[in-house]
Amino acid sequence: MSSLILPAMLNGLTMGAVYALIALGLTLIYGVLHIINFAHGSLLMLGLYAAYFLYHFFGLDPYLAIIVVVPAFFVLGYVLQRGIIAPMSAGSEQNVLLVTLALALAIDNLALYFWTSNTRTVDIAYAYDTVEVLGAYLTLGRVIAFGAALAVAALMWLFMTRTRTGAAIRAVAIEKRGAEIVGIDVGHTYAICFGIGTACVALAACLLLPTFYVTPQVGYTFVLVAFTTVVMGGMGSLPGALAAGLLLGVIEAVGGLFLGESLGQIGIFLAFILTLLFKPSGLLGRRAV
Amino acid sequence: MTYTINRRSLLKASGALVLTSTLATPSILRAQTPTVKIGVLEPLTGNLAYNGNQCAAGAKFAAEAINAAGGIKSMGGAQVELVVVDAESRPEVAAAAVDTLVEAGVCAFTGASASALGLASSQAAAKYDLAQVFSVGTAEAIVERGLPNVFRFTPGVKKITAVALENLGLLNSAAGNPVKTAAIVHEDGPFGSQLAGIVEAELPKLGITIVEKIAHPTPHRDFNNIALRVKASKADILMPTNYLNEYTLMTRALQQQRVDLKAIYSILGGAASNIKFVRENNDIAQYVIDCNHWYDPNKEASKALTASVAAAGLDMTYDVMVAYAAIQVVADALERGASADRKAMIEALAASDFDGSIMPYGPTKFVNGDNVNSRPVNLQVRGDKIEVIFPKEYATIEAVFPRPNQG
Repeated sequence: MSSLILPAMLNGLTMGAVYALIALGLTLIYGVLHIINFAHGSLLMLGLYAAYFLYHFFGLDPYLAIIVVVPAFFVLGYVLQRGIIAPMSAGSEQNVLLVTLALALAIDNLALYFWTSNTRTVDIAYAYDTVEVLGAYLTLGRVIAFGAALAVAALMWLFMTRTRTGAAIRAVAIEKRGAEIVGIDVGHTYAICFGIGTACVALAACLLLPTFYVTPQVGYTFVLVAFTTVVMGGMGSLPGALAAGLLLGVIEAVGGLFLGESLGQIGIFLAFILTLLFKPSGLLGRRAV
Repeated sequence: MTYTINRRSLLKASGALVLTSTLATPSILRAQTPTVKIGVLEPLTGNLAYNGNQCAAGAKFAAEAINAAGGIKSMGGAQVELVVVDAESRPEVAAAAVDTLVEAGVCAFTGASASALGLASSQAAAKYDLAQVFSVGTAEAIVERGLPNVFRFTPGVKKITAVALENLGLLNSAAGNPVKTAAIVHEDGPFGSQLAGIVEAELPKLGITIVEKIAHPTPHRDFNNIALRVKASKADILMPTNYLNEYTLMTRALQQQRVDLKAIYSILGGAASNIKFVRENNDIAQYVIDCNHWYDPNKEASKALTASVAAAGLDMTYDVMVAYAAIQVVADALERGASADRKAMIEALAASDFDGSIMPYGPTKFVNGDNVNSRPVNLQVRGDKIEVIFPKEYATIEAVFPRPNQG
């Protein structure tokens, strides 16, 4: 069993990168908009379908699909926030919860109606390729996702700290009324933020597709662990989401190895509870955007 | 011109209207084709939505075929009308959906893709004396509760496992016993756990030692750990029991972790008998063997069903087949009993000796709700097809065991 620990940890790291990628958009949306976005899993599912259909109908590789899907989902997120969430919630955070929940139900059921419950996968040449690291075989697609998670977290951090839009987003997050007084268009900033969060989850979807399947229910497979990642990392913290995602991936893999795959999931929630007990703001909660 | 309506003329007109209506109504009724309602309770949403929708499609094809052949002749050619309800992949919803079926006036119902759902629905249906014909329901608890409304047409986990192990023994001995060790991977619900328990107890009797047994939840995101453990166990053969999505991820991980196996021998494998898996993962699907529900491909009704499924753009899976057959069983009971009364249906099903289904079974004989003449078949993926290898009388190809070196 000891010979399996290192490969399991490395595989866990790559799985954790997927969790982090999904959680980055979620934590941004919470950090600024204070929206617990229940539709995040549904948007992940939509992103997976978008990448799948681009592959299926146009032969576009899921990695190349990023250049189409990510901007499209930015627009989708912008429109969702501006056209549905903001008007329907009328400034109430409780309403926002219900609106995103309703969105999730609507998206999931429309997907089921139009695309049926069929499981879909892409059969691409490199789907089974692996990279050997320290004697462990790591799925190529996951290694790419690992690199992408680091890059996206870094880029988002730079965007938030070094650009005027990033500064506006941070200003709105800290003091909405104050930001409004100094001339920041709060509604537009909210929508930009939701758009970026949605684009992030679309990126995660494109990176996930070569190694995973698509069904209308696939969002639920990841959304719970994504919420756990966000809270554990510190709500609104981009580096926190990255660190927590990677940590949870390793905990899940090692837990599965020693406790069995069914019980191994306990490790995630044990780590979550311990974090809340000893550092309620999350691992890197103080550095919230 | 002015018309005056007085009390007398109003009464006359009303009387004429009532008389006309009374005389006209029987002729309208005579012109209508009688219908009989059969319930279809399946998980159309949730984790089991794929299986549930496939089953619903199979039931629909059966109803269409029965109606096209003249309906239920003993009931004046009554047309079968399906009442399809969603169990949402949740047992409590499956139980509640039975009320909907009763209110809709069904004479019996089929379902429900998973044992946990079927256990709940049949329990709820018992209080209404409403028969449930199980299309899929492998857990033995289904027929061990003494419920008179339970009719499991397809085989349960004990029979399937016994047949699967018997056939594995035959294959292994014919090949000179190359398989000496096995790893079991199963989903951790009642279906997978019970099956794995039986395999664990019975496999050593074939001279095969179990070197690893791994349970996993459904859904499960990552199978690399499991592949690593199977690889470390140096098992000759892998015996998986899980659903389509997990089976797909598992076989991919086995390939990526370069797990060298002499065979993958599934029992009720979710993907090994699914043409979609074969199509989308053709390389890794090759030579996978499964013991599962399957139809007799040589029957005319089977050929017609295959054509209908292809025309509808659906995949031909065992779900379609068993759901089709379950509706055939209900229709036969209606034909024999000539009544849609719920209690009459239970009596007709209990006495059923139906021999015309698309499944490779003998005449139906329910003993304590279990069809003793049901049986599973062994299938093997070869090229882009799923071929029957056991029983020999239905075999479409000779088995390849162990599989050729994958390196």
